[in-house]
Parts: sequence; C-alpha cells; structure tokens
Amino acid sequence: MNNAFIIGQYVPGNSLVHRLDPRTKITVIFFFVFIVFFANSLASYSILTAFSLASMLTTRIPVRYILKGLTPVWFLIIFTFTLHIFVTKQGTVLVEIFNLKIYSGGVIQGFAISMRFFLLILVTSLLTLTTTPIEITDAIEDMLHPLKKIKFPVHELALMMSISLRFIPTLMQETDKISKAQASRGVDFKTGSIKDRVKAVVPLLVPLFVSAFKRAEELAMAMEARGYRGGEGRTKLRELKIMKLDIAIFILFAAVAAGLFLTRVY
Amino acid sequence: MREALVEFRNVSFRYGEDQPWVLKQVSFTIYKNEWIAIIGHNGSGKSTIAKLMNGLLFPQEGTILINNVPVNEETIWDIRKEVGMVFQNPDNQFVGTTVQDDVAFGMENRGIPREEMVKRIDETLTAVGMESYRLTEPHRLSGGQKQRVAIASVLAISPELLILDEATAMLDPKGRMEIMQTVSNVRERLQLTLLTITHDLQEVVQAERVIVMNEGEKWKEASPREIFAEKKELQRIGLDVPFIATLAEELKQQGMPITNEPLNHEELLEDLWTLHSKM
Ligand SMILES: Nc1ncnc2c1ncn2[C@@H]1O[C@H](COP(=O)(O)OP(=O)(O)OP(=O)(O)O)[C@@H](O)[C@H]1O
Ligand SMILES: [Mg+2]
Repeated sequence: MNNAFIIGQYVPGNSLVHRLDPRTKITVIFFFVFIVFFANSLASYSILTAFSLASMLTTRIPVRYILKGLTPVWFLIIFTFTLHIFVTKQGTVLVEIFNLKIYSGGVIQGFAISMRFFLLILVTSLLTLTTTPIEITDAIEDMLHPLKKIKFPVHELALMMSISLRFIPTLMQETDKISKAQASRGVDFKTGSIKDRVKAVVPLLVPLFVSAFKRAEELAMAMEARGYRGGEGRTKLRELKIMKLDIAIFILFAAVAAGLFLTRVY
Repeated sequence: MREALVEFRNVSFRYGEDQPWVLKQVSFTIYKNEWIAIIGHNGSGKSTIAKLMNGLLFPQEGTILINNVPVNEETIWDIRKEVGMVFQNPDNQFVGTTVQDDVAFGMENRGIPREEMVKRIDETLTAVGMESYRLTEPHRLSGGQKQRVAIASVLAISPELLILDEATAMLDPKGRMEIMQTVSNVRERLQLTLLTITHDLQEVVQAERVIVMNEGEKWKEASPREIFAEKKELQRIGLDVPFIATLAEELKQQGMPITNEPLNHEELLEDLWTLHSKM
C-alpha cells in the first residue's frame, strides 16, 4: 500500500474514536471546521489544539503514521506560512535582510493561519482514518434523509456510493491485469514523452471501460433477480445507533466550543 | 403424479422484432423437489430460459407458470421470492461490500426485519461453509468462495427453486467440486428444487432429468443415462462427450458386454471387474 498519502485510508482499530457513530464524527467535524475560524488568541488556539491532539491520541493510530501521511499538506502549510511572513506588514520589524523586512505581525499571522490549516486537515483526516467508507456512506444516507421530502434521491446516491466502493478494488485488480497484458504485447507505459505515455493509456482504458459496462449490465440484472426495486420498503442490515459515548462526545465538544467563545469575550 | 413447480407451455422468445427466435415453441415441466439439468451448446437459449423463469424477460408467445401462477409484470415480485438464481460471473453479482452485506441484500429488498436477517445470514453462510468469512470483502475471496456466497444469498430468501446458470463455468476444477458439493449438501438439507444449466455433460450426472437444448428448440428430455447413450447425436449438436462415455463406447466396439451406460469412473470400474462373471 502507498503510505505517502493517507487521507482517505481507513486504519482498522477498536479505539473510542473508531467506535463512535459515524454521524457523531461527521457532525463534530462539521462544527469544528466552523469554529476554527473563530480562533483569534493564544488561548483559543490552545483549546483547539488540545482538542485535536487529544482526539488524535485517542485513535491509537501511531502519531508518526498520521503525520507522515500529511506530507503533501506540510508543503502547503509551510508555503502559507512563508507567504504571510513576507506579505503582512504589521507590528514591529523583527529582522531585515537586504530590503526584505519581516514584521512581528507577519510571523503571528503566518503562524495562526498555518495552525488553522493544520488542525482542519488533521481532524478531518481522523474521520477517514477511523471510519470505513461504508460507514460514512450510511451516515450520509441517514443525515440526508430529510431531503427525501424534496425528492432528492438519497437512497440511490448511497447505493451508488456503496457499489462504487465495492467495485474499486475489483477494477484496480482488473487494471493491473490489463496493463500487464498490454505490456506483454509491447505497450510501454513507463518511458517516452508525455504524449507517448498518454497514448499508451488508451489501450488500457478502452478494455477497462468495456468490461466496466458489461459488469454494470450484469450487476443490474443480478440485483433485479434478487428482488431489488428501489429504496421503498427496504430494511437495512447495517444500522447506526447513538450510544451514551456519542452523547458524551457531543457534551465534551460543546464545552470546547463554549470555552473558545469565552476566550473571545474576555 | 408429482406436483408441477414450473411449466413452460409453447414458449417462444426473441430479443427484438428484427432478431431471430432464440426459443421456439419450448414446452417442459419441472416438478417439485427434483434436480433437473438443462444442457446445450453456446447460444442454444439456456440462459434465456432461466431469465424467463423469474421475469427478467417475458415471452412473446406461450405461457410460463410458476406454482400455477403466470409470470407477468404484476406477479414478478412474488415469483422472485420463489425463484432464486446464481449467475455465471462470480464478481458481477456480488453487490455488498462484505460477505454478510451481500447475503443481506436480497432480504433488505424484501423488507425482512433485521433480527431475522442476522439469523438467516448465520444459517445460510453455515450451510455453504462460509461462516468464518462474514466480514470479508469480495476482492479477498476466490471465485468459488464468491459463488458459495451467491448461493447463500439466494438461500437466505428461501426460494423453492434454485437456478444455477453455469455457476461453475468460470471456476477451476477445485472450485467446481466445492460448488457441486455445496449444492448437493444444501439440497439434502432443505426442500429445494434445483435447476442446473451447463454445457458440460459431466455436470448433469447427478440430476434426475436432463433437457437438451439445440438452437432454441428442446431437442430431448430424458435421464442422464439415456442422454449419455446418444454420444454420436450429442457430438453432432456440439456437446463434448465425457471421456468415460467415449471409453465405454470403444470397449463395447471391442466386444465387451457393457450393458449399463456408465456415468462415472466408479460405474465403469464396477462393470469391468464384474465382467468375468458375466461372460
Ligand atoms: N441481450 C441480448 N440481446 C440480443 N440477443 C441476445 C441477448 N442475449 C442473448 N442473445 C442471443 O440469444 C441467443 C441465446 O442466448 P443465451 O444466452 O440464452 O444462450 P446460452 O444457451 O445461455 O449460451 P451460453 O452457453 O453461451 O451461456 C444467442 O444467440 C445470443 O446471441
Ligand atoms: Mg448462458
């Protein structure tokens, strides 16, 4: 597996965060993203950082693994930081190199913005690290349920997502097989100009699409044979349940949010 | 007389107005609790017959009755509870993200309560020997295992008729053995009518009755032994005759008194080692 980019990769486990209802996690993260933008003081940043780090440690996923997984994001964070240092011209001059003046305001601003960015990415990646895609799908289906009233195809959307999840590994295996078959016929995927390589992808994509359509047709037939007739009157095997733990987390998070707003008032 | 489960009465079918007839005036009856096989060359209309049985297709001429109820738009949802089907490609009929989700799919469609689903998942996965794979994702299963899950999924809705449409065609010999073993176990435990569709003669030996299809017409309907006896004719309509049947034929031509048409190695062996006492 490719470890370089872990956003979106589930790590199995049985930690407290893993066991939370996915809807709880999504709701908390939604509001977290919201309140991060209200942070404006050292105290408020401390509260948010403490909350994020505590959540991270609770997942029991090795910290090094999580941080390493954020590698591509580190680049963005450093870029944002540097940009602020040179662009913001507030406060006192800290250093002066040739004609470039670095102001204290720039450092503080740069630090604050990068921190926001870091916390946002960290907390959202905790969702996908501790929740299987199918749980997320179930949660979305459940949370969008009210939209059914305005004829939004919630069930169909969720089914589409779960079928995609089901077929991604199958299609990956198939891509691998086709690329080997084409390579053995002399198609070169690895060398040559960009144009050549793009051309080499065509004999890969065409059979892949053909087979995907055939699969879709057969799957539709099999689903119908098994009595599928839309979302009406269906029951569900996977069920979501709000437990005491979820309620405790909501209260805890409300306390964090309240603490944050208190720092703004005083 | 035995009770009829499926009746085809002069059924004709084509995929479009401008297309040739795929089935021509086909009539036959499947009785309750029997094991029947349909065999025929590629394109002889076998899968079409299966799809007509649970209303995935409708005939242009003739009638199809399941438990004396004609198959039409209004009755298909009830009929699909009685007729379960396993298709050829193990991958393209696996809907769930895990084994237990897949077994649940058919039950979810029928609004079966959750507790009942959990119970039936246990039962059916045990019946096909897949109980320890409940949470496994499909891409971690072999073809044979996927087909066993597909059988469990169908059994979960407790149909009266189980159709296997070349369900073993894409499997290796081991996977094939597994499935046939599973199927005969299941049939012994549950009261089930079984229809296996194949183009491999070797797979029909366990059936009680065989229908041979040729170019959309019912060519013959008989016991496996009677079918095996017509080697020349079978070859003419494009079916592979099993090695044992060919061998028996050769031995007969050499003057060996092989009377009973052997269906497998054991039977031929039995015939041969008792030969001396017959001569
Ligand atoms: N969806 C379709 N549209 C048009 N023609 C079709 C379609 N499906 C099958 N046919 C044609 O109908 C005929 C019978 O097909 P059918 O699938 O019933 O054969 P089969 O006996 O199951 O063959 P096989 O052993 O290859 O599975 C074939 O000539 C085939 O080309
Ligand atoms: Mg077929």
